[in-house]
Amino acid sequence: MSNVLRPYLAAVRSTLTAALTLENFSSQVVERHNKPEVEVGGSKEVLLTPLTISRNENERVLIEPSVNSIRLSIKIKQADEIERILCHKFTRFMMQRAENFIVLRRKPVQGYDISFLITNTHSETMLKHKIVDFIIQFMEDVDREISEMKLSLNARARIVAESYLTAFNS
Amino acid sequence: MAPQVFNLAQTPITCHAFSPDHSQVAVSLNSNDAQIYTRQGSSWTLTETLSEHDKLITSIDWALNSNRIVTASQDRNAYVWQQTPDPDTGKLIWKPTLVLLRINRAATHVRWSPKEDKFAVASGARAIAICSFDPENNWWVSKLLKKPIRSTVLSVDWHPNNVLLAAGSADMKARVFSAYIKEVDDKPAASVWGSKLPFNTICGEYASPAGGWVHAVAFSPSGDALAFASHDSSISIVYPGGPAIYNIRISSLPFVTLTWTAEDTVVAAGHDCQPVVFTGSEGGWQGVGSLDDSSTAKAAGPRSGLSGGVGRLNSVAFSTFREADSRGHTGGGVSTDTKLTTVHQNTITSVRPYEYSGGRVTKVSTSGVDGNLVIWDADSVSAVAGRIGGMRV
Repeated sequence: MSNVLRPYLAAVRSTLTAALTLENFSSQVVERHNKPEVEVGGSKEVLLTPLTISRNENERVLIEPSVNSIRLSIKIKQADEIERILCHKFTRFMMQRAENFIVLRRKPVQGYDISFLITNTHSETMLKHKIVDFIIQFMEDVDREISEMKLSLNARARIVAESYLTAFNS
Repeated sequence: MAPQVFNLAQTPITCHAFSPDHSQVAVSLNSNDAQIYTRQGSSWTLTETLSEHDKLITSIDWALNSNRIVTASQDRNAYVWQQTPDPDTGKLIWKPTLVLLRINRAATHVRWSPKEDKFAVASGARAIAICSFDPENNWWVSKLLKKPIRSTVLSVDWHPNNVLLAAGSADMKARVFSAYIKEVDDKPAASVWGSKLPFNTICGEYASPAGGWVHAVAFSPSGDALAFASHDSSISIVYPGGPAIYNIRISSLPFVTLTWTAEDTVVAAGHDCQPVVFTGSEGGWQGVGSLDDSSTAKAAGPRSGLSGGVGRLNSVAFSTFREADSRGHTGGGVSTDTKLTTVHQNTITSVRPYEYSGGRVTKVSTSGVDGNLVIWDADSVSAVAGRIGGMRV
């Protein structure tokens, strides 16, 4: 982990730990229902103030806590056109397999690239600090993953171009 | 004395209630059934399952004198269970009696009144049902406390005079109501909360200091003070005679449950995974320390005490991370250790008095999301008081 990223991730970690104080909360709008309040938004008093942690204008995290669920959305760094395409493909690949990631949301919140929805069921069946670790690990890895893909894409493009142009060289 | 830890299940224990002689405990293991475990030596074995509800059981209370169990559930119902002999075998079985709650949302919390002739059911229908027995029809009928409640009621607690009821709700308020029912109660004596108390009198309304949902309320043993814990990581003690409210803000995660162990002591527990003791009087209140002494925990590594930052988790993983953050130690970033240094490995859902002696509670029991049931010595806090003196309140 680079040193510049560390305070950013530490801020996300403490906010997420504080936000993951969930409890089982049955809907007070619909009888016998139990839904993530942050998604339904039917009762304003059980939603807490959403919080944005931004590292710069391109990288930020939105945390929306509520009484029985939290939604965490990540805006991944996209410096140029290639990174934008790679990021889109990468997050799309993940979100199509959202059920394998358990806490992943199928669609991102508007303005963000990928969203997680953690409910009280998740914090009951999994260790809370391990969920936090997972999110932080994901944030660390996703940048590295995309820059690696960008490098290998560039390298591949160069090789293709070279082998194509050798045909005109002789 | 080290706390006694019993692991009942791998699933969360949403609530627990001990039988009068402590030989049995009724728990809800995050399911539709209430389970009764019987103590055998140092372990608990499942002896009975009370199944009538068809949604998650949110609260259980065991009447200590009349030996009845009341269960409340998210299916909008409550049942009173009474031990009656089976007509065929003569064996004692738990039989349910329906309660006409007249609420149309989940029941969230239930408590017997001190005389055990009434009980209160908190609900998500912005109401509290006060239930009393109707011998003519052989069922429990209810009267609803509705008036200023504007959101789900999360907890209730009875005043020792059997009439007043405290309620904490998600509209960030703790309130004291009169639950006087003409057919059941004698006229209550005047107290610090008021003298004329018809049904649904509001004797007090107190807001949490920073607008957090009030998770737990409790009257002191004398009934002259009220404590409540809210989601803004604070606990407040109210003296209505004063009128004084003492707010104690804590620097760790919020409490969800609390109980008084004496007139000057409160034990609170919650997302911090350890029971914390507060003491004080009408002159002021302060945090004393935790019942969870690190020497009893099995995890290795130094413990940070209560002085950690905001959103602190007592985990080895977290301390490794903070070590790397503050001192530049790169211990491999995220640790692979999954164990917290506290006895409970996840949120504590309920703390209740376990054993009394000379008017004080000497032992308290807690149950947690980690499936553990722990019995703590309520006095062992003095041993660690010095060590955690630096706690900011």
